[in-house]
Amino acid sequence: MDQTALQQTRDLIRRHKRWDLIFAAVGVVCLGIAALTFTALVIDMAIDGAPRLSPDFFTNFPSRRPAQAGILSAWIGTTLVMLVTAAAAIPVGVAAAVYLEEYAPKNLFTAIIEINITNLAGVPSIVYGLLALGLFVYAFGFGQSILSAGLTLALLILPVVIVATREAIRSIPSAIREAAYALGATKWGTTWDHVLPYSMAGILTGVIIGMARAIGETAPIITIGALTFIAFLPPAPIQTEFPFLSFEWLTAPFTVMPIQMFNWTSRPEAAFHQNAAAAGLVLLFMTLSMNALAIYIRFQLRKRIKW
Amino acid sequence: MSKVTDGPLNTSLLSVKAETKNLSFHYGSFNALKGINMPLYEKKVTALIGPSGCGKSTYLRCFNRMHDLYPGNRYDGEIRLYPDNTNLLHAHVDPIEVRMRISMVFQKPNPFPKSIYENVAYGLRVRGERKTSIVDEKVEQALRNAALWDEVKHRLKDLAFNLSGGQQQRLCIARALATEPEILLFDEPTSALDPIATASIEELIADLKGKLTILIVTHNMQQAARVSDYTAYMYLGELIEFDATDTIFIKPKNKATEDYITGRFG
Repeated sequence: MDQTALQQTRDLIRRHKRWDLIFAAVGVVCLGIAALTFTALVIDMAIDGAPRLSPDFFTNFPSRRPAQAGILSAWIGTTLVMLVTAAAAIPVGVAAAVYLEEYAPKNLFTAIIEINITNLAGVPSIVYGLLALGLFVYAFGFGQSILSAGLTLALLILPVVIVATREAIRSIPSAIREAAYALGATKWGTTWDHVLPYSMAGILTGVIIGMARAIGETAPIITIGALTFIAFLPPAPIQTEFPFLSFEWLTAPFTVMPIQMFNWTSRPEAAFHQNAAAAGLVLLFMTLSMNALAIYIRFQLRKRIKW
Repeated sequence: MSKVTDGPLNTSLLSVKAETKNLSFHYGSFNALKGINMPLYEKKVTALIGPSGCGKSTYLRCFNRMHDLYPGNRYDGEIRLYPDNTNLLHAHVDPIEVRMRISMVFQKPNPFPKSIYENVAYGLRVRGERKTSIVDEKVEQALRNAALWDEVKHRLKDLAFNLSGGQQQRLCIARALATEPEILLFDEPTSALDPIATASIEELIADLKGKLTILIVTHNMQQAARVSDYTAYMYLGELIEFDATDTIFIKPKNKATEDYITGRFG
């Protein structure tokens, strides 16, 4: 290249790099806005609520007196509801995704089903609440219980689990499947021995993202009748007498963290607002812990897989 | 046993392990194989050569019914497996059963993301082998036959992905050998490997000669000449010539074959 052509090329590269820089700057600003907003929210909540965090806050039932009010029934309720949600959403979601990916013939009918699964993710959560009220609470007779709440939230996060599982299954190269089939494995053998274990990281990520969303859902839980003031716990799942395992807690009345927070914020006393902020911190911590667990599990499982 | 009476290498009695009778194959509406009649001699290495797209991999994958995995494919004709004279392509023959008898090694090494031991053991587990001692023994035997045992015996629990490309391919061969197949199919096993790894695989195949019936697809003519007893030249879905390797490479009977071999074409 002669000198002028070289100089022109250098000018061109300089101009292109300027766009590189501009975009990087814009990206950092956007990221900063998001991060700052989140940090500001957390700090604001912490300033309000952190002083209220003490061991008795976690072990007290709600009360008319703000200083004695605690989140015991709320966080236990949230934990139990999440258990039911996971137990319902994971098997159904994973099985549905496996069927759609591995077994279902590719025709118009399955295409319609697939489109509608993604549509389900956009349905407002209060609609799920209404569905659950009619179906679980009244038609099936589960009543206003942890079981109904768990099943409702399971329906809510089902699309997330299904889509995440499908993406995870799709990312498995067909060469691995062919290797399994070539050794004489059946479709179920290949699915159980290879497809599911290798897509576990993606499946778990989807499950935990779904649960992190479910933990904060208030509208459907209110609709099916979670109580806002509960001064007792559901019966314990483990008993001292035969058969040692009880499912009574499934049908007991309950409350969850978001509802408790809502209840406190709607009271006039400022002290209750402080309680609400503290409860918000706890809820945030629960959500972030679940996400951290997801990231950790995914990291561990991804170490074994390289493609 | 059938006696073959023309060409070298066959004044002795050669046993036919399998043969295709008028085998045709369609990918949807595309006719990929056109009436192929070809024997596969027992415990001999048969190579399939031909330019890209001539149907050699398609032909190979008919033997273990791999085409069944994808919709829109159709087999015509027969593949007879001896000594029981089963038509592998028959609608009532279970493809899983076919794959239990005939193993395959693929072009790109595809070990499972599991340990070396578990990779080789998988075929045995599929066949219901539960006793650890037997699985251990067969895994070791297969790894020895694949010339990989010495390199991995101290790290059987390591992930298969940590092996080099050539080692991974030998692992895939061990995996295929562990189930003691009647026929071993190789689909261009060395085209994704470097020359040194290629040489070790070719050495391995030469070792297996005489112990196992092998059908190998290769686009590398020199490899076919080095490794095989019989060679088939295919072009555009048809079998142009099938004969002993020496005949094909020294004095082919068909002009098209000669053109391909000498590089005038393809």
